[in-house]
Amino acid sequence: MGETPRYYVPHTSVWPIVGSVALFVLAYGLATMIHQSTDKVAAEGTHGVWIFWTGIAVVAFMLFGWFGTVIRESVAGMNSGLMDRSYRMGMQWFIVSEIMFFAAFFGALFYARVISVPWLAGAGNNLETHTFLWPDFADTWPLFMTPGGTETEAMAAWGLPFINTVILVTSSVTVTFAHWALKKAQRIALGIWLAITVLLGCAFLLLQVIEYAEAYEELGLTLGSGIYGSTFFLLTGFHGAHVTMGTIMLAVMLFRVFSGHFTPKNHFAFEATSWYWHFVDVVWLFLFTFVYWF
Amino acid sequence: MIAHADTIPKQRHPLIAFILRWLLTTNHKEIGTLYLCLAFLLFFIGGAMAMVVRLELFQPGLQFTQPDFYNQMVTLHGLIMVFGAVMPAFVGLANWLVPLMIGAPDMALPRLNNFSFWILPFAFILLLSSMFMEGGAPNFGWTFYAPLSTTYGPPSTDYFILGVHLMGVSSVLGAINVMVTILNMRAPGMTLFRMPLFVWTWLITAFLLIMAMPVLAGAVTMMLTDRHFGTSFFEAAGGGDPVLFQHVFWFFGHPEVYIMILPGFGIASQIIPTFARKKLFGYHSMVYATVAIALLSFIVWGHHMFTSGMPLAAELFFMYATMLIAVPTGVKVFNWVATLWRGSITFETPMLFALGFVIMFTIGGFSGLMLALVPADFQYHDTFFVVAHFHYVLYPGAIFGTMAAVYYWLPKWSGRMYDERLGKIHFWTATIAVNLTFFPMHFSGLAGMPRRVVDYSIAFADFNIVSSIGAGLLGLTQILFLYIIVKALTSGEKVTDAQVWEGAEGLEWTLPSPAPLHSFHTPPEIEPDEAHAATDKA
Ligand SMILES: [Cu+2]
Repeated sequence: MGETPRYYVPHTSVWPIVGSVALFVLAYGLATMIHQSTDKVAAEGTHGVWIFWTGIAVVAFMLFGWFGTVIRESVAGMNSGLMDRSYRMGMQWFIVSEIMFFAAFFGALFYARVISVPWLAGAGNNLETHTFLWPDFADTWPLFMTPGGTETEAMAAWGLPFINTVILVTSSVTVTFAHWALKKAQRIALGIWLAITVLLGCAFLLLQVIEYAEAYEELGLTLGSGIYGSTFFLLTGFHGAHVTMGTIMLAVMLFRVFSGHFTPKNHFAFEATSWYWHFVDVVWLFLFTFVYWF
Repeated sequence: MIAHADTIPKQRHPLIAFILRWLLTTNHKEIGTLYLCLAFLLFFIGGAMAMVVRLELFQPGLQFTQPDFYNQMVTLHGLIMVFGAVMPAFVGLANWLVPLMIGAPDMALPRLNNFSFWILPFAFILLLSSMFMEGGAPNFGWTFYAPLSTTYGPPSTDYFILGVHLMGVSSVLGAINVMVTILNMRAPGMTLFRMPLFVWTWLITAFLLIMAMPVLAGAVTMMLTDRHFGTSFFEAAGGGDPVLFQHVFWFFGHPEVYIMILPGFGIASQIIPTFARKKLFGYHSMVYATVAIALLSFIVWGHHMFTSGMPLAAELFFMYATMLIAVPTGVKVFNWVATLWRGSITFETPMLFALGFVIMFTIGGFSGLMLALVPADFQYHDTFFVVAHFHYVLYPGAIFGTMAAVYYWLPKWSGRMYDERLGKIHFWTATIAVNLTFFPMHFSGLAGMPRRVVDYSIAFADFNIVSSIGAGLLGLTQILFLYIIVKALTSGEKVTDAQVWEGAEGLEWTLPSPAPLHSFHTPPEIEPDEAHAATDKA
């Protein structure tokens, strides 16, 4: 810490409380919406949907306002090197927490593949379970037929999923090129590489939508097709949600590049977005390996 | 130099200004106070639920509650005490103390700090509102095992799930903030191995929170999709397994119990040296022991599931791994005792609570060791013995730790001293009440009384009468505690010295009492010798 330690502490901020209220509205709306759209509870109207989307809208409003304030502070030069490091560390630990969120679902996947499915088929000391509950059940992965008798086909790895792998890996490379361009102050190259990254993100999402449609309509692979469908859709679904977030973040960065933001030395938001993007990419490689391939 | 930006216009109605101040604050001391107040409020709500439970268990048979309502009370009591009382209280202490102890102007991310706090009241509104919904509140215990919470959970379970999500967001963001503050905001010269132990324990707690809370979020998400979207994570007919829920839950749950005790270890390690007027014995071994406990906490979750169905090899692995934790924990207890050895000890209220912590937490540790033994656990599992065990680590552990901290640092926070005589009365009544309440549960549990059941055999009647009387007394001590705090804040003797306790060391005691709203604008000078003295090996 060679420079005079100087740390900007904002006195008050309105955005956090807006965000807290918005999250509450979102959560309440989501629970109500789920109640009203499933048969577990008698539907009592449709206001849950509206509450939920109101919450989403206010969260988006809050993020724009909050980050807008931080960007203005940064442009005004109020951020010290120390604060930049706080932001960096904050983002890194946030990504660690995201990794652990995916770890929960990967844990479920491995548990199903290594433990619950073989046990239901009688492995280990589970012969009685097998014989008396589901004697016809066979241990396969992908699980073509559940113990209860629901059937599905598997999603092939080397079709759309492989193309998506190529797309995401490429996008990780292009975002790195954009970063290098930024560090060398090559603004045009930065804009081009970043725009390509955003397009690759959109292409990935489009292909995933097509893949889901194929799963539901042609393969009979749904959320309800047993543990294979459960792990397939929750892992790829949450990953897709993260790609969506990442693409939006990249688009915002592109917009900021057009507005003349970022310098070769000062571009934390850009770097944080690219870290996030690499994280999403690495998660996909694990997905491709364990959900689709093996 | 610190730059400040004030967005509240000065001319406002005082009430509106007051509300805005607390809604919009980014100051670590104010947010710390908010956390502590919310924790105390929820402690009373969760405590009232415990009173309902103990009232019902005063005698065998059904007296005051129906079984379903009883189950709701047991569930909400657990959830509120874990997520609403203990965790926010520790985060409040971290907010107040970490920046003071490391010489930082504030938390690293002040706005995020406000966000982390204000999510919490809403999360608990969501959780508590479930009591007024059709079908009642969640009734499946704080561990919400599938299929009780999936196939058989009441409709309000979904609001509970979203409430847990909000608590998780709050905890993770709060933990990131503490982590970054400690790693990045230390005053020059405050190296990691000069940090007070409270800061060390919170650093490790923050790591556990960041690693464990997202897994809980995953667990409740799977619950939600199992309940409504036809997935089969916890459904054997679809190839899943209800036991999978227990694995995911306890992968979170065991680190969670250390989240609820490590800051308490830190508090004891601050207070005991002060009143023994000696350096903490074995500073470095304390740090390494804390790290070891935290790492081991990720590979022992199976000890909660010995009777749920696991291969023998897994049971043995989890048994030995769990027993291994006794080693670093023993190191800590040894160091506390060694710190006392030949000290010139005085017994002010914080010291009493800290010593109560060490002694009674150790009782809970020993019963934990008993529960770790697979063959013995088959007998103890799901009995009141387990209830006795975790209440011994949580009440005289986490809660006594928090109370010790409040008594110890209150003069620094508020500039006013509590009533020492009342504090001592509080400690002794609380200690008697805790043991009256929870000690008999060991016996009723060993004799086979199951937990989470509204009625019980007449054979356990005597133990339960004692427990219920103790619980009533324990409830009363909370009112005494509230009175002591209010009295201290309103009419307590003014403290003028920066050094409130003669033996206390640390940067927070260099600040005036009460600590000014903004402290350490410029980082404090840390003299190599002085700073190191606090952490030298004895
Ligand atoms: Cu445990």
